[in-house]
Amino acid sequence: MKPFLVTCAFAASMLAAPPIVIQNATVLTVTKGTFTGSILIRDGKIVEAGEKILVPADAKIIDATGQFAMPGIIDCHSHIAADSINEGSVSVSSMVGIEDVLNPEDIAIYRALAGGVTVANVLHGSANSIGGKCTVIKLRWGKDAHDMIFEGSMPGIKFALGENPKRAGNPSGQRIGAGNVPPRYPATRMGVEDVIRQAFTDAKAYQQSWKEYNEKVAAGEQALPPRRDLKLEPLVEVLEGKRLVHSHCYRADEILMLLRVADDFGFKIRTLQHVLEGYKVAKEIAAHGAGASTFSDWWSYKVEAYDAIPFNAAIMTRKGVIVSLNSDSAELMRHLNDEAAKTMKYGGLDETEALSLITINPARQLMLDKRVGSIEPGKDADITIFDKHPLSNFAKVEKVFVDGQLYFDRNNDLAERAAREVEKKKMTDKEKEQQRRTAPGAQRRPAA
Amino acid sequence: MNAATPTVIAIHNARVVPVSGPALARGTVIVRNGLIEAVGADIRVPADAWVIEGDGLTVYPGMIDALSTFGIPDAAPVTTGGGGRGGGGGEQAVTQPIAPPPATTLPARGPEDRPSTTSWLKAADLVKLTDRRLDAARAEGFTTAVTFPPRGIFAGQGAVVDLAGETSGDMVVADSAGQLVTFATAGGFGGGFPNSLMGVMAYIRQVYLDAEHYRDAKQFYAAHPRGVQRPEYDRALEGVLASPRVLFPATRRIDVDRLLRFANELHLKAVLYGLPEGYRSADLLKKADATVLVSLRWPEKARDSDPDEMDNMRALEVRDRAPSTPAVLAKNGVKFALYSGGIDRRADLFRAVKKAIDAGLASEDAVRAMTLTPAEIYGVEDRLGSIEKGKIANLLVTKGDLFQDRTEVKYVFVDGVKFEPVEEPPATGRSGATEATPPTSEVPRGENQ
Repeated sequence: MKPFLVTCAFAASMLAAPPIVIQNATVLTVTKGTFTGSILIRDGKIVEAGEKILVPADAKIIDATGQFAMPGIIDCHSHIAADSINEGSVSVSSMVGIEDVLNPEDIAIYRALAGGVTVANVLHGSANSIGGKCTVIKLRWGKDAHDMIFEGSMPGIKFALGENPKRAGNPSGQRIGAGNVPPRYPATRMGVEDVIRQAFTDAKAYQQSWKEYNEKVAAGEQALPPRRDLKLEPLVEVLEGKRLVHSHCYRADEILMLLRVADDFGFKIRTLQHVLEGYKVAKEIAAHGAGASTFSDWWSYKVEAYDAIPFNAAIMTRKGVIVSLNSDSAELMRHLNDEAAKTMKYGGLDETEALSLITINPARQLMLDKRVGSIEPGKDADITIFDKHPLSNFAKVEKVFVDGQLYFDRNNDLAERAAREVEKKKMTDKEKEQQRRTAPGAQRRPAA
Repeated sequence: MNAATPTVIAIHNARVVPVSGPALARGTVIVRNGLIEAVGADIRVPADAWVIEGDGLTVYPGMIDALSTFGIPDAAPVTTGGGGRGGGGGEQAVTQPIAPPPATTLPARGPEDRPSTTSWLKAADLVKLTDRRLDAARAEGFTTAVTFPPRGIFAGQGAVVDLAGETSGDMVVADSAGQLVTFATAGGFGGGFPNSLMGVMAYIRQVYLDAEHYRDAKQFYAAHPRGVQRPEYDRALEGVLASPRVLFPATRRIDVDRLLRFANELHLKAVLYGLPEGYRSADLLKKADATVLVSLRWPEKARDSDPDEMDNMRALEVRDRAPSTPAVLAKNGVKFALYSGGIDRRADLFRAVKKAIDAGLASEDAVRAMTLTPAEIYGVEDRLGSIEKGKIANLLVTKGDLFQDRTEVKYVFVDGVKFEPVEEPPATGRSGATEATPPTSEVPRGENQ
């Protein structure tokens, strides 16, 4: 018995990584003010954050003198880390899901980490009135797909309104009936509403069929269960409040339409995505309880994006909407801190409000604010360290921790580049040599 | 059998590699009526046997192409699609040349239209002796193929077939080898559902749920036919339910991870095929106790690729290390078979196997992965895959060890019928079907002819 216990104790000591203390940083907690001090991390969680903390003897010290620690950035609208994004063939594609196609080796994950992002809401595309299921991931670069999923996160689903789902009836953008591309309903905003209403009417009938079946079984009757319908199951989850709706939208009229549809069917829109005209209907959005995830100053790339203003995030914030800024792009994702800073110029948000747009607010929108989004004891140790204030556009990310583990270190990255180049050259040279030797006619060529 | 066919053949005093046991330095194999009558060191040659003097020859079990379209005329070889959007390591993914079945003229509007599904097709019904690739396949040393209808998502049911016979029906050894799944999409927006990888995954999931429900509904109806509406007959689900295993394509490590989880979720007995990244997926495969088919068509840089194009490290690594996959799997105790991937010239096939051997695979493991292991994977090891008394007389007789450069394939025996390989057809590039192979007589020639 004794050797067994000893082995266990040994294994436990191996597993428990030493605590980490980030020292002398300017700590932007977002929810609990800003101070110069330290953060103690143990077992992946923030244990303590303050100006003076007791440093455990076995702690690994990270000196962040002159640097800025903030909560890991959360992107509420991303399309990285997936092998496919759009199932554009049908107007309701709720049977598909990002979780099935997560790709943990997408280099965009690492690049997003290098921009300080630690959590991303990976959404289906916007080709369908009701799109596919979404997955929230932590950017645990190097882990397998399943280990990237933010454990315990609420599942989501993508909706889309306006030009994309109605685009000439088909998402390829071609004229209806052009070539061999068949038209796809809907072709108007009215049609988009109809598709959503029909889908939820079907979902209610489906929900009812299961209810009846369960009642029969409870009464001891023999019955055949209904056929499981993977398209309608997620919509039933929406009706039952078990799945969050993230809806792509632009115009004020379509936003109000969606809120009315949701009210009619008794479900909630969790976030409006892009929502560039949100400032026009901010009160209504706040009254519904929907969050808004928008761009800072990106507009005029299509007709429905002409009425956008850079004050959108600030106005909606002042009207009581929980607002976040998202990337929708693997490139923009790498500097969301810049995007947040713009709201200080356009709309006059203060530093904390600006930082909230990319930290605690998206965490609230994803119902993950108990876990992430600020530097507070008990939360996950998802921390980004910048060399300058993150709201400066000269700031660079130095280190990124997810669950207390270092997943990006700028100095390590720079130091490894030379060795990587050498390795790559070795491999290309080897292949070239092989190709030369096995080229057709290589043997017949006389030796030079 | 043709009356002119000798029904008893003795290969006398050859080196015999039975695969199921240790090699015999000098042994005799007796073939009678298409079966192996005896094998051993001290076997007396029956008086009625045609004798082949085995000096300098080695007898192996006939090779089995574990995933093939041999025998189905005009079928392209099966490739692993996949890859798609995203960075990572998908860049060497082979494009899927398989079109959806022509039967559907309107694009599918959802899973209920059963897009790209011909799960009811049986290779056993489709194989024909007139497939001109059979000669080339035998010349490579294959006597058997597990052949599948290759088009669509649920492509159809494979069959274990011998690559010769008097009639097409003669070829079939086992008619239900499993369901081949490819990740073929209808191709781009507008082509109908599904047009993305996640659409294909969702579709496959729905079909298996439907199949389960269909089975339950039929049972329920059989038990209470009165007062219950009968379930509609669904050939697509019948085909799925009739398949004892399913084959999923897996190009990258992420495909391996994804599809092992998928098979587990759906309670499927799955075999993964392709596996150029198998060398870095052994941990996942071992943990899942998975069985895989490794394509011998190793990824290569396209000869006409842009010289300025930069490959990423992963692509370079995969091209360098893919041939080490069999060695890594063998070391980790993962059950694998090798398949030709449509390679139709003996020299190319042997060179591809040699690459795996040079990367650390033991020669005897290579032989096993092309004989007894595929037989085990498809549940026909009681009749094929090794030289044992009572098994089907499918043999490969070489001069020299298998998979060496100068090794000659002297004879192959299919169901006890002897073939001498025809001249190698000229290279046909990467296409599977050969045009130039002259049809040869099915009747074996006497050894001095």
